[in-house]
Amino acid sequence: MSTAPYRETGNLGVTDGSGKLATSIRNLTKDYVLKSETVRALRGVSFDVPEGDYVAIMGPSGSGKSTLLNLLGCLDQPTSGSLFLGDDDIAIMSDDELADIRSQRIGFVFQSYNLIQQLSVVENIQVPLYYQGKLGAAERQRAVTLAERVGLGDRLDHRPSQLSGGQQQRVAIARSLVNDPLFVLADESTGNLDSVTTDEILALFDELNEEGRTIILVTHEDDVAERAKRIVRLKDGMLHTDEIISEQQRVAARKAQQVAVEELLKRQ
Amino acid sequence: MLWLRTWKLGTKSLALHPLRTGLTMLGIMIGVWAVIVLTAISQGASDQVQKQIESLGSTTIIVRSQKPTEDKLTGMGASKYGLLRSDLEQILANVPTIQNAIPIREIRRQFTYRDRVVDGRLVGCTPLYADVNQLVIRNGGGRFITDVDEIKADTVCVVSAGVAERLFPYEEPLGKRVTIPEHTDKYKIVGVLEHRNPSAAIGGSLDSQDFSSDIYIPIRTLRKRIGDTIVTRRSGQFQAEIMELNQITLQATNQEQVKSSAALIEDILAPTHEALSDTAVVVPLELLEQARNMKLMFLGIGILIACISLVVGGIGIMNIMLASVTERTREIGIRRALGAKQGDITRQFLVETIVLSFAGAMLGIVVGLLSLPAYRTMIWFVRNTMEEKFNALPAAIREAEPSIVYWTIPLAVAIAVGVGLISGLYPAIRAAKMNPIEALRHE
Ligand SMILES: Nc1ncnc2c1ncn2[C@@H]1O[C@H](COP(=O)(O)OP(=O)(O)O)[C@@H](O)[C@H]1O
Ligand SMILES: [Mg+2]
Repeated sequence: MSTAPYRETGNLGVTDGSGKLATSIRNLTKDYVLKSETVRALRGVSFDVPEGDYVAIMGPSGSGKSTLLNLLGCLDQPTSGSLFLGDDDIAIMSDDELADIRSQRIGFVFQSYNLIQQLSVVENIQVPLYYQGKLGAAERQRAVTLAERVGLGDRLDHRPSQLSGGQQQRVAIARSLVNDPLFVLADESTGNLDSVTTDEILALFDELNEEGRTIILVTHEDDVAERAKRIVRLKDGMLHTDEIISEQQRVAARKAQQVAVEELLKRQ
Repeated sequence: MLWLRTWKLGTKSLALHPLRTGLTMLGIMIGVWAVIVLTAISQGASDQVQKQIESLGSTTIIVRSQKPTEDKLTGMGASKYGLLRSDLEQILANVPTIQNAIPIREIRRQFTYRDRVVDGRLVGCTPLYADVNQLVIRNGGGRFITDVDEIKADTVCVVSAGVAERLFPYEEPLGKRVTIPEHTDKYKIVGVLEHRNPSAAIGGSLDSQDFSSDIYIPIRTLRKRIGDTIVTRRSGQFQAEIMELNQITLQATNQEQVKSSAALIEDILAPTHEALSDTAVVVPLELLEQARNMKLMFLGIGILIACISLVVGGIGIMNIMLASVTERTREIGIRRALGAKQGDITRQFLVETIVLSFAGAMLGIVVGLLSLPAYRTMIWFVRNTMEEKFNALPAAIREAEPSIVYWTIPLAVAIAVGVGLISGLYPAIRAAKMNPIEALRHE
């Protein structure tokens, strides 16, 4: 118990936003070298994300959003530039070191949930801890707490195939939190969901951010983006705009969405 | 610890596809089964052959008469061939390393007692025959022929257990007289033998020698009363065959002298017998060596067959694992994204193949061990339902008792797990080398 690096209950072990940077990106480029051509997916992007921030990355299709998110998630390495997580530059890390970072400091929420079919809800949530080499009762308890936190306390032993899309995405969110990550990355995580479920998931993200969790999400829907604190727009692999969303705007966006959802529910 | 938790993961994935897992294990299972059963059978058969040869004695040299090919026999009338009494004298005079020599004459004859008839073999021999062949007199069953019988050329005989049972089912054979109708002679029974196991074939015959219908008399008696000429009726014609001795059983003073003595004997016989090639020198010790080589060959063939089926099993495993890697590309991507190292993925797939091949090997062992009682039951069944056909089988099969060669079990398991490892390695490495982003995109 005492060795657990996270708090057992409460606000899920969020670090408070004391001005430290969750990540810092400098002149980041990424080229995909193909046989016929070289695709320059990112052409020098720089920005910082302080802890506790809530960033929406937007931009037209092919502008490099997913590429950037994959680099932030340490799934890939940049062609040039640097990407700091805390004090570590992932640009110069080995494959195994990147894997360690993924299991210890990053929470990933994908568009297509990406749960492992043969594992139960609790087991799925525990996977990042498994790859840290932690498999005790405390880990399981933490997974159960998180499952309850996302409203799946009564489905702990269900398989992913027995859950709805929204429920699966909740499991994915719980899983992204299990290692108490530096930030949660979400790539169009509501893209597959209807608007009611989308609202539920976004409300969950809002809550997490209010508790202090850093969130970076990719979306191409304005009303989703406007719930964030900040919108970073990419265009042709470069930073286009970086705007702060005012508190009024965020409240308005949430209201608007809520109204839309209520109307939808009324119609049904 | 790492391997232990991966173990749980691997068995889980395998349990997800029980049919596929079972079929994949089948190849390995058959391979291991083949190793165990084939080696057990070849071991059993060669044990049997070895026992039979050993019963001939390791210092023994057997010289036998053999019928020459027709074209070499002198045309009309009686054909004369085979060992001569003078051969024996020459051998004894010129081979100092021989300690015992037994001249033997064998004739197929009918024996009768009252209305009972037995077809058997009349064997003329000397008293030493009993020692050399380790004959055992039945408890209270008299004695073997003696020097006195031999010198006096008495009409006494010693009957084998088989003859005693068939001619005297209800009476005590000792003291009774057996008639040989062809010679209107009666022989008084002075001894009854215990059952004697068949011994190895000599002189070209595949079947082992059966002694169950023998009657032994002094060789001098045989010479005096029956002589060297045997007349047989074949397809309406009388044929006479003249032979002095069928066999001379010799014993060298020790095992080291056997081969050189045999060579010397061949040299002695050559001038008189080479042209007709009507004699053969058989050295059981050499047969024994041949049998050992044969056993090694059998073992080799068994292991080869087993290896082939293990390789086939390995290919099956590789095939399934490659399919599994493709099928689970997405899962691999997810695991990599959540922190699995390349080594973790490799290990996960390797554990699956090791579990597969190990479980297959275990099944193979169980089935292999169960096959032996099954084999015995089958033999028992055949013996009891098709007795004639069964008795027509060579003794090596009839009496062979498969015996498990225990060191082949760990060997088979080691090979099976090795095969699993090797065939799993490539798919596992391929899985680990996949780009996680592309793997995640896989549908
Ligand atoms: N693995 C890859 N190989 C080659 N080109 C790629 C690869 N991934 C992305 N790209 C290219 O890089 C550019 C950016 O892609 P992406 O980051 O997926 O954009 P977005 O997520 O904003 O739609 C696109 O032109 C895309 O075709
Ligand atoms: Mg994208």
